[in-house]
Amino acid sequence: MSRVELNRISKRFPTVTALKEVSFGFEHGEFFVLLGPTGAGKTTTLRIVAGLEKQDSGTVSMDGQIVDQRTPAERDVAFVFQQYSLYPTMTVYDNLAFPLRSPLRKTAEPQIKTRVEAAAEKLRIAHLLKRKTAQLSGGEMQRVAIGRAIVREPRLFLMDEPLSNLDAKLREALRVELKHLQKTQGSTTLFVTHDQIEALTMADRIAVLSQGQVVQQGTPEDIYDRPATTFVAQLVGTPKINLLPASCQEREVRVQGSGICLPAPRLQLPETFLLGVRPEDIRPDPQGAFGAEVTLTEPLGVETILHLKAGELALLGLVPGMVSWRVGDRIRFSIVEDKLHFFGPDKRRIAKERT
Amino acid sequence: MATIELQKVEKKFGELHAVKPLDLTIGDGEFVVLLGPSGCGKTTTLRMISGLETVTGGRILLNGSEVTWKHPSERDMAFVFQFYALYSHLSVRQNIAFPLQAQGMKREAVDKRVNEVVEILRIRPLLRQRPGKLSGGDQQRVALARALVRRPAAFLMDEPLGALDAELRESMRAEIKNLHLAQHATTVYVTHDQIEAMAMGDRIVVMSEAEVQQVGTPVEVYNNPANLFVARFIGSPGMNLVKGRLSGGAVRTAAGGSYEVPAPWRQPLAECLDAQGELTLGFRPEAARVTPDGSLAGEVYASEMHGGHTVLHVNIGAGEIVHIRSDRQSAYPMGTAVRFAVDPEMARFFNPRTGAAVRREADG
Repeated sequence: MSRVELNRISKRFPTVTALKEVSFGFEHGEFFVLLGPTGAGKTTTLRIVAGLEKQDSGTVSMDGQIVDQRTPAERDVAFVFQQYSLYPTMTVYDNLAFPLRSPLRKTAEPQIKTRVEAAAEKLRIAHLLKRKTAQLSGGEMQRVAIGRAIVREPRLFLMDEPLSNLDAKLREALRVELKHLQKTQGSTTLFVTHDQIEALTMADRIAVLSQGQVVQQGTPEDIYDRPATTFVAQLVGTPKINLLPASCQEREVRVQGSGICLPAPRLQLPETFLLGVRPEDIRPDPQGAFGAEVTLTEPLGVETILHLKAGELALLGLVPGMVSWRVGDRIRFSIVEDKLHFFGPDKRRIAKERT
Repeated sequence: MATIELQKVEKKFGELHAVKPLDLTIGDGEFVVLLGPSGCGKTTTLRMISGLETVTGGRILLNGSEVTWKHPSERDMAFVFQFYALYSHLSVRQNIAFPLQAQGMKREAVDKRVNEVVEILRIRPLLRQRPGKLSGGDQQRVALARALVRRPAAFLMDEPLGALDAELRESMRAEIKNLHLAQHATTVYVTHDQIEAMAMGDRIVVMSEAEVQQVGTPVEVYNNPANLFVARFIGSPGMNLVKGRLSGGAVRTAAGGSYEVPAPWRQPLAECLDAQGELTLGFRPEAARVTPDGSLAGEVYASEMHGGHTVLHVNIGAGEIVHIRSDRQSAYPMGTAVRFAVDPEMARFFNPRTGAAVRREADG
């Protein structure tokens, strides 16, 4: 059982402020992801939760108890790092058994055997138990590292970019398995990544960090469908969201230099603002109200990225399948009107409705 | 202007083949991508084309004349590496001008050429800076400018975007492609990233274990992979590959599912399968659709929200998990039993023993 709560955590390093009043909490059984670019403060946050780093102010509590005075061991967390940090000369079995044999736990060998075998089964590494870890592939090593964390049945898993050293195919496969495992075990996990796809696909909830501050918290749907700032809007989704300089005149949203003109939403819009349009919401359509020239096509197989020029404006579109348009072709398109995003001059999402 | 021809080009280190005999003709102005996992021989192939690596056998022709044993500097090709290899003690301008000065070109002519390429790559504001101060993307632009300024017959690029972060990689990918569209210089581009290969290549040469697996346009390698390796490697996630047995005009899967063989495939399958009828059914994640009357079934193993769409991972038994791409509305909780259908137009078949794709007449 574990509910974890961070309350106004701040941390300064000699030259930089790493964290500024970071607050978030998550429940037992939740998969919580900290998402942000390099240097955002993700790893520092994780280390403070583990007790490996001491915050300057604020509190960390677990199940309602403040744990700031507890050592990492007393907090009963298991860490999985980007580097596998396995013992290369030991077998997979001994690596998995290692945390259970520590003087703190001193588990009986028959019980160790049961738990090691159960963990190996779940991670599909039962056939590797007798091998030395140095003989394993990267994906297998990371499975062992995860296995070493789960044998202990800790109250909280802390994972710091555990998939980022793996190649694309392995990362995809292990991502799915990790999620399946977490849900079947009901374990509580705090997972750090800079990869927006990992965050969207794995998380129950996400906190987006930027320059030591939480800029948005919510479900993957909240983050993707209702980004709180232009930073969040650009961080999630690939290709990146189009952010178009626009103004509102006579109940119409007009995008500068493009001829794009849309009915105004029921929002209090300032004179000028940024209109956000996700690439998949730009739909080629022979009856579409707008025209553009194709400047580049990038076929990815399942879909194609269209680089468009509407008047003076560069736009990215994402369409299903492979397309036959060529560079220089003119196309008509429409924009999905109920999926637009509006951001004010302060880069924040405009949500207030007009009266 | 260049055509490059590889005739039975191979490379051995001792008894080990780094590249097995390879035939490839790269047309003038073509953008050809050598794609494969690390150790597949793609970089060795590129280095043989450039002359940085000698061949163990075969011939390399540039515009019809043999260059197999010519020094790299006599081949008129410019190399762009993953690591920018810029001179840190020289300014950006001096870095770009360097290859021309080394040829003894007059100052005015050098300035003219440098001005042209900085315009194309939009790096004029950087000219006085040192490379060490620049971002990864700008450093790679300078490296491209230095290659471009020589006006070589061909560009050889070895994972030029490999060191950049995901976001920058995406925008630089489009920049390099735009550059190619503007210049139409013959380009051979090495990458392990199938997305890059699909997005950029006029043609893709898929390599694995020192051997070419398939040469084709992005549409060809995606829609009609030549074998199981290509089917898995191209696409994210790759093609679903389900083992089964042909019986009574349908594929029976190990877990008890069944899939009626679409009519155009009956004859070719009958001709190329052995008596046991073992085969592998392949279909892309977007070719499958969850529907109550689907003939295949499984249990949701995990459901992933990808922003604009959802990927369902369905455990169909016998240790096989298939990936189904669907809209955001059809997200199912783990453990839900689902049935799904596969678009008969998009079904593919492979011989599991050889790994080769079964071909229809229409595929030629």
